[in-house]
Amino acid sequence: MNRNQRRSYVSRWWLGLMYALTLLALVPLGLVLWFTIVKGLPSVIHPQFFFNSELPPCEPRCPLVSEAGVSHAIVGTGIMVGIASLMAIPIGVLGGIYLSEYRVAPWSNWVRLASDVLVGTPSIAIGLFAYAFLVVPFHHFSAFSGSVALAVLMLPIIIRTTEGAVALIPNGLRESGLALGLPRWRVSLQLILPAAAPGVITGALLSVARAAGETAPLLFTAFGAHILEVDPTGPMQALPVTVFKYALLPYKSLQNQAWGAALVLIIMVLGINLISRWILRRQIALAGQL
Amino acid sequence: MAVRAEAKPVVVTSRPRDGFQWLVGAVATAVPALLVVIVLTLLQQAMPAIQHYGPRFLVNTDWNPVTESFGALPAIFGTVFTAFLALVFAVPVGIAVAVVLAEPSHTTLRGFVGTGIELLAAIPSVVYGIWALYVLAPWSYEHIEVPISDHLGFIGWLGSPAPRGLFSASLVLAVMVLPTLTAISRDVIKAVPRGLKENAVALGATWWETTWRVILPSARAGIFGATILALGRALGETIAVTMVIGNAYVIPHSIFQPAYTLASVIANEFTEATGTLYPAALIELGLVLILVTLVVNVLALLLVRSSTREARLTA
Repeated sequence: MNRNQRRSYVSRWWLGLMYALTLLALVPLGLVLWFTIVKGLPSVIHPQFFFNSELPPCEPRCPLVSEAGVSHAIVGTGIMVGIASLMAIPIGVLGGIYLSEYRVAPWSNWVRLASDVLVGTPSIAIGLFAYAFLVVPFHHFSAFSGSVALAVLMLPIIIRTTEGAVALIPNGLRESGLALGLPRWRVSLQLILPAAAPGVITGALLSVARAAGETAPLLFTAFGAHILEVDPTGPMQALPVTVFKYALLPYKSLQNQAWGAALVLIIMVLGINLISRWILRRQIALAGQL
Repeated sequence: MAVRAEAKPVVVTSRPRDGFQWLVGAVATAVPALLVVIVLTLLQQAMPAIQHYGPRFLVNTDWNPVTESFGALPAIFGTVFTAFLALVFAVPVGIAVAVVLAEPSHTTLRGFVGTGIELLAAIPSVVYGIWALYVLAPWSYEHIEVPISDHLGFIGWLGSPAPRGLFSASLVLAVMVLPTLTAISRDVIKAVPRGLKENAVALGATWWETTWRVILPSARAGIFGATILALGRALGETIAVTMVIGNAYVIPHSIFQPAYTLASVIANEFTEATGTLYPAALIELGLVLILVTLVVNVLALLLVRSSTREARLTA
């Protein structure tokens, strides 16, 4: 084998290895999805799972069809993520407009850096912050404090995706607005923002998906509940908290509930992700046509 | 007379500052303000412990709520060790995926792999946790830990396998940081000027020679930044680690043995912490964690920014 043949052989060998490692990277995704579906499906196929709330563990004599459900957790996740969105989305969208429309302002670099750092801040630390800020003064756990923690997590994601979406809008639109004599705020809010709406919505959806899956910041803010609670000033259950708490208990029936809750959670989160990525692709395709 | 080339380029600013800029600027200031307020709040809440234990807190190995003797060293050790071991597993795979994703060929495969990695990033931590607890950890105990300790157990830190411990936690962490590592490394590799690659190919370099001698060296700083960013994520990851690390407040003698991380201690014990010193000590753990991740993240972001102008950092 001469030198060049060897070089070509070595190159192909490494290329093959890279592809093999790439496939290896996808193995965990397949395994997580597979086991969550297989182990979660038996719980999820019973309608009670979505309408009932927690029941005490039934070991050792469990009924054939488990009567327990996670309705309280689904409702709780919805309420808490909803309140968090109401707080995070307006601030995040305005902040993102600032970063994109005034990117020459020196302050915007600091905001950008702070957002990227906040994305990487451990969620448990944000939970501690919400605890100190909203649980300690009121002396009891509350869903609202959980929402605040989730909003802090969502904010930097919304800011950065809004910035990206607004930056995609061609300058021509901005200039024609200004040329017509519109003030900056009308250009930004009434021309640019509607044009960037699909990207902005994508960012908001992605942050909702992230918040819906967070457990750590809720452990000592929303705390959890055994029954359906809709009062945001009291403790409330959330889907990820259900998975976390049930999975670690020694009761088979509750472990099955945990797998079922994990399946509901994963369908919700991956569904939101896929939809939002589809919206984003359309936005990029549309922006390309402008 | 020589033309002096020090005239500054004219920066076209759209308009002088207006009320709208002040308004959105003020709203955006919420982010840096939050960061400062979070750190200060934790500092204030941790004060009783900081005052009581002083710097000893960081090197003490006790964790006894009854005698109120608290030290952070085992948790710091567990946090740093699991994060580093996770990177050892994740970095080779992450770079390989990034190289494949940055390659201009095989569009279908790239789309498939790219979406897969994005979904990997979207799976909630607690789902990784339940999967690791019931599937990954038992599997790695049976098929990795026991064989290794059978053959290499005479080396102390490779002996005594356990179903939950540092090793299982590192494995699940490796899966969880992979998307961060991949997304940013890919952007960094893509930002390598095309000309460099074309020159190498024109000189007759093979695919591997181009990748290994030209592309990866020019992307080195950015890939290092991506690794540090992944380190930051691994340090702060809570729930999945809590479920498989085994929750033992010791510095274990073997990498397979149960241990604890800063975030897991807080997750497990905070709601049950009573008195003044116990919660304050837990919050001090949180303060240590957030300060370490802040430093790590800022360092990583500066590294990544230096190599890509527009890296997607929210991935």
